[in-house]
Amino acid sequence: MDWEAFKLSLWLAAWTAALLMPLGLVLARLLAFHRFRGRGVLEALVMAPLVLPPTVLGFYLLSAMGGNSSLGKLWTSIFGHPLAFSFEGLVVASLIFNLPFAVQPMQRAFEALPPDVREAAWVSGLSPWRTFWRIEAPLAWPGVLSALVLTFTHTLGEFGVVLMVGGSIPGETRTLALAIYDRVQAFDTEAAQMMSALLLLFSIGAIIIANGLTSGVGRRHG
Amino acid sequence: MADQGLSVSLRQAGPIPLDVAFTCAPGEVLGIVGPSGAGKTTLLRAIAGLYRCHAGHVAVDGAVWFDSQAKVFLPPHRRRVGLVFQEHALFPHLSAADNVAVALIDHPQSERRSRAAELLSRVHLDGLEGRKPAELSGGQRQRVAIARALARDPKVLLLDEPFSAVDRRTRVHLQAEIVALRKDLAIPMLLVTHDVDEVARLADRLCILDQGRVCLIGRPEDVLAEPAIRALLLGDAAA
Repeated sequence: MDWEAFKLSLWLAAWTAALLMPLGLVLARLLAFHRFRGRGVLEALVMAPLVLPPTVLGFYLLSAMGGNSSLGKLWTSIFGHPLAFSFEGLVVASLIFNLPFAVQPMQRAFEALPPDVREAAWVSGLSPWRTFWRIEAPLAWPGVLSALVLTFTHTLGEFGVVLMVGGSIPGETRTLALAIYDRVQAFDTEAAQMMSALLLLFSIGAIIIANGLTSGVGRRHG
Repeated sequence: MADQGLSVSLRQAGPIPLDVAFTCAPGEVLGIVGPSGAGKTTLLRAIAGLYRCHAGHVAVDGAVWFDSQAKVFLPPHRRRVGLVFQEHALFPHLSAADNVAVALIDHPQSERRSRAAELLSRVHLDGLEGRKPAELSGGQRQRVAIARALARDPKVLLLDEPFSAVDRRTRVHLQAEIVALRKDLAIPMLLVTHDVDEVARLADRLCILDQGRVCLIGRPEDVLAEPAIRALLLGDAAA
């Protein structure tokens, strides 16, 4: 059992969720409530990681972060080390490939709110900010929770993009999914089984908890 | 232009055509009647700030809420307006009392609960403060919506077909509620409805709207005596 890889996976998932939830929330509300030129393109870009082969996405991300890219050069000049094949690079990649998992559940939840309920909040004197906290967030929180769980568990299990962008550097970019692959290559089936079972239990457990927390929300609100 | 009460002048060719100009004095009930698609709801939404008309002017008690020429547009949360929606639009996760308390945003926190209870009592919902909208009947929900609209201490009260989603018996009770309210409230009230008899009973004046244009404004008995208006409204009822 590679506990270091497990810990790194948890860190990556936690950082991704923490950074992506606010960004995803803004994007989800934008797509759910506003009609603007280029909306279709933005929605397609957000959804693209869902249909792109992970190696293709990983290749583009690696190209964007590499030492010869503008982002890569800027990063190296500020932090003194390259972005590609680093934990930070993994977090950036993770933010991109998790976009649809974070945005879509929240977008659907916001779209499901009756429009006149938001308008009722505004004419009741609530600013858009207060309307978000008092009305939208409590009604859409099952979608927000689903987005959080999906983002977290999907990060734990992502393989292709992580391998392309991070390599498999122990303690830096080797996540549990990569460690499983590594153990299988080394014919260490016992360790691979244990780590796979851990990921399986963790993922199913998270989804059960999320479902348990959100079940009955619709019944309670009628 | 009257300094007291509501003054409305709105014009646009599309997407929803509007060409209206009228005033409504404090304490007056102006019934807005017209066929489906006449622009009645759009008119109320424009007054509330939920819809931005291309050109026009909306002022209440001398305060300008919308002036296209001066580029003034107060967002809905900064307009003191009470709006009762057709389908009540209550907040489903909040109790009746909290639905009302939400609109008491300008009152001190300590007073909100008692004031909400007061307003619910005013619409005869004593003892139901803790119930969620799903646990209330259609008529009770609409009463909560009326209490919430009043909680804003509105300068103008807009009622968008408030009786359309309730049965006939509840409708009669709610109409009585509106009659009682207008005695206490010295604010302009706009009542949108399809029901000609209902509006003739409740309104001081009628404004007939067709395809976004005001056809006629006047006392209900005068307006409804016009053959063209009767044909317009009864034709709609028959449809």
